[in-house]
Amino acid sequence: MARGILGKKIGMTRVFHESGESVPVSVLEVGPCYVIQIKRIEKEGYNAIQIGFQPKKDKRLNKPILGCFKAAGKGGFAFLREIRVDDVDSFELGQEINNEMFNVGDLVTIRGISKGRGFTGVVKRWGFSGGDTSHGCRSHKVPGSIGASATPSRVMKGKKLPGRMGNKKVTVKNLKIVDVLKEKNLILVKGAVPGSRGSLLEVKTSGAKE
Amino acid sequence: MDPIEMLEREQMRVDIPPFKAGDTVKVYSRIKEGDKERIRVFEGVVIRKRKGTTGATFTVRKISYGVGVEKIFPLHSPTIDKIKVISKGKVRRARLYYLRKLRGKAARLKEKR
Repeated sequence: MARGILGKKIGMTRVFHESGESVPVSVLEVGPCYVIQIKRIEKEGYNAIQIGFQPKKDKRLNKPILGCFKAAGKGGFAFLREIRVDDVDSFELGQEINNEMFNVGDLVTIRGISKGRGFTGVVKRWGFSGGDTSHGCRSHKVPGSIGASATPSRVMKGKKLPGRMGNKKVTVKNLKIVDVLKEKNLILVKGAVPGSRGSLLEVKTSGAKE
Repeated sequence: MDPIEMLEREQMRVDIPPFKAGDTVKVYSRIKEGDKERIRVFEGVVIRKRKGTTGATFTVRKISYGVGVEKIFPLHSPTIDKIKVISKGKVRRARLYYLRKLRGKAARLKEKR
């Protein structure tokens, strides 16, 4: 059984528990993914399966990448990712991987690209408190001093300054699965996941116990 | 259908009677105490209804021992056993926050004919 799968974020909503508790959930569409290539320790130096997600028309793919999909015989895919597995022999090319690996109550680790915020200041990017908005204060959202004078006469490395924020790979660990809708390829996890709606996510069973 | 819409429709309750701000309602909610379950009734005037699918809520206000008490209920919560509409109030706005300032006779609402 594979320990991971590809999916995309659909959005967030809430689910009521029997006890009346309202649980915030992220809705993810996971799979179906297909095994495109099997990497073995003898040839590639490690054991892994390469899986494809979201079908893509052949005419939208170039010939070199079409060649990669040929052996599996499942057509082209928009996304390809590798998943490390211990036992590669239990997989075959073109095998479907779907959300049946998940059970309600399992913990999963989710990776994705966070929403890009563009060039942001220090208040938003690093949580600086900023200056007063009134009382004659004229420095509202500026970083202030960024170091001492003649010694060391340079700015320390790693100093928190304005810059690009987001659009980075983010991992969220141990999110609990609230529901698995097998026939619709959906899973519901408690809490937020990185990225905007429709963005690609890697969902892995985290192995941790609650 | 959009998966989120589908999930929310599944969760929504269809047995809730229609009511509006200004109506006097009795809300029967199930409360768990240990392993026993009982029903508590909260009766008062609906001063606000928030729209939404599963996120919809309504606020009920009553005067309890001389103190104004407001309770916000999720409209589609499974803990609500039933809602009874006692009377329909005649009001000219959707949010009756002005009732908070009024006491006694002034806080009465005319009934809809």
